[in-house]
Amino acid sequence: MKLSGWGRYPVIDAQVHVPRDIDALRRLVLSEPSVIARGNGRAYGDSAINRGATIEMRHLNRMLAFDPDTGQLVTEAGVMLGDVISAFLPRGWFPTVTPGTKFVTIGGAVAADVHGKNHHKDGSFRQYVDWIDVMGADGEIVRCSPEERAELFDNTLGGMGLTGIVVRAAIRLRPVESGWIRQTTIPAPDLKAAMAAFEATQDATYSVAWIDCLGTGANLGRSLVILGEHAALADLPPDRAQEPYVTKAKRQRTVPFDFPSFALNRFSVRAFNALYYRAGARKSGTQLVDWDSYFYPLDAILRWNRIYGRKGFAQFQCVFPLDRSEQGLSALLETISREGAGSFLAVLKRFGPQESPFSFPMEGYTLALDFPITARILALLERMDRITIDHGGRFYLAKDSRMTAATLRAADPRSETFRGMREQQGLLSRFRSAQAERLSI
Amino acid sequence: MTKRPVLILGARSDIGMAVAHRFAAAGHPIQLAARNAATLETNRTDIELRYGVQATLHEFDALATETHQPFVADLPELPEIAVCAVGLMGTQEENERDIAAACRVMRSNYEGPASILAVLANRFEEDGNGTLIGISSVAGDRGRATNYVYGSAKAGFTAFLSGLRNRLAKRGVHVVTVLPGFVATQMTEGMDLPARLTAQPAEVADAIARAVERRKDVIYVRPVWRVVMLVIRNIPERIFKRMKI
Repeated sequence: MKLSGWGRYPVIDAQVHVPRDIDALRRLVLSEPSVIARGNGRAYGDSAINRGATIEMRHLNRMLAFDPDTGQLVTEAGVMLGDVISAFLPRGWFPTVTPGTKFVTIGGAVAADVHGKNHHKDGSFRQYVDWIDVMGADGEIVRCSPEERAELFDNTLGGMGLTGIVVRAAIRLRPVESGWIRQTTIPAPDLKAAMAAFEATQDATYSVAWIDCLGTGANLGRSLVILGEHAALADLPPDRAQEPYVTKAKRQRTVPFDFPSFALNRFSVRAFNALYYRAGARKSGTQLVDWDSYFYPLDAILRWNRIYGRKGFAQFQCVFPLDRSEQGLSALLETISREGAGSFLAVLKRFGPQESPFSFPMEGYTLALDFPITARILALLERMDRITIDHGGRFYLAKDSRMTAATLRAADPRSETFRGMREQQGLLSRFRSAQAERLSI
Repeated sequence: MTKRPVLILGARSDIGMAVAHRFAAAGHPIQLAARNAATLETNRTDIELRYGVQATLHEFDALATETHQPFVADLPELPEIAVCAVGLMGTQEENERDIAAACRVMRSNYEGPASILAVLANRFEEDGNGTLIGISSVAGDRGRATNYVYGSAKAGFTAFLSGLRNRLAKRGVHVVTVLPGFVATQMTEGMDLPARLTAQPAEVADAIARAVERRKDVIYVRPVWRVVMLVIRNIPERIFKRMKI
């Protein structure tokens, strides 16, 4: 069947298998020439596609154990973060690290070692994984953790499914007193101000900035820096404190059809961005927001990927080391703005320190953008790759759909070590995705 | 207020499991009944963890009709709602060739489900309340060359449910006939089903919960099936017998 990631580009004809239990999964791993596991398909490109055998993990989606003393939750890999929240927020627990959508599986979160708005403070997903069970090339399942088989653990977190199939994981949830977030918005007129705001708010639990990438000149990097803290009971008005975990269920809207490709252009995006910035600047200050609106604003619009039209879109996410962030970001923003290629969703975030074999984050600033796929944009993205490499940056594979192997190698020398490890452990031919083939990892 | 349990017969099926989750989410304790029930232990734990309700496992064989009385008598608590999701499709080709296989399909879709619901009906009637839900099929609306063995048994089950409803309506017991249409389940895996006509198991579960709430009698999960089956039922036999359908 035709498969793609969330960006709907590229579309690949792939054989899909949906095993119902571990035995069926093992048979696939042993009998197919090569396989890759797929969670809920929220990686943007071709990370979770194998032409010969893509293995959907959605039936392995049961919760196995929960320890209320430590907040440790054991689940099968196909459980989604949204399921975890539905089950445990009413009892006072929330995922410690969550990406911008709750429609990711635990297995996918492990494979991409996802990060959230609290990376500067709490690190990436791996910090709260106690152990994982991984099915290797021989079909055997082994448990690994930071203490036990640490190399497998380290490489699997961020290993994009290329070290084996994650079948179970033990993750730690954080206790929260409510389902509400105290959100503070700081308008920043330009990039320098946005970065200064991040540096000044390192103590905030959550921080992220929406950035207007069509701003030019004095407006270059104009941003709204949005901070968040889990609201304590004492922060809630009395009527909400009665049922602190109950937030109004949001109406789900859906995008019913593909937008025509002209719907998003530099004028509509520029107009939107200007309005959005002014509205945000007006609302600056602190307010209470429910968890769903704070963490997952786009989840309320099902199939929002259709606004980019039939041809799909590409995400671009890179991170620059701290000392070269300002230069790198300015260069990227200038290039985008000169091109007039407005990204509808542009996000800037300060990462904290992280050292890991193949995970994306490092201390510095990360910028995420998305663009509809056109020949012009693909050429622009190549230039952005170059700028990233020139400023010591690297790329997030969960977002990538079009980079070349040479680009990855130049940006991230770890990719060769990672490939070497795969080769040496006999994983290279067994676990592969279309992305792994394209990037030669 | 503590809610009374919901019994799921044929709990291993995708629809049965989806219904279990739906009612557990509403706060009902769940009784999962299936053959080799012990192998559903992980699902049982999953339900308890997700919804904070009690879930129990009960050994149940729909074809061993002589066990149905004691099965119901041995339940730790009489359920408020019983959902029968037992069913077996087989393949038409095999059913034509192998009469034993055909009989197994007939018994699994009619005899077994009717037997266990008959036992529960009598208990519910004594209590003067309860809801019985039978998952039948649109295949029972008219026999077609491609699956009439399965369809005929479902037709029998649909008629049984209709009669049961008629008998118990005045006794405070509600009977729901569910006609799901195509559903993306293990039973239909690998079949090329039209997306618009195909429901997910969770959709079936939602429709069932709504039917219980609004005391509906016969439900099609996707409304379009009401139209499709109206058309299929009304094609004159002289034409129908020549159609490839």
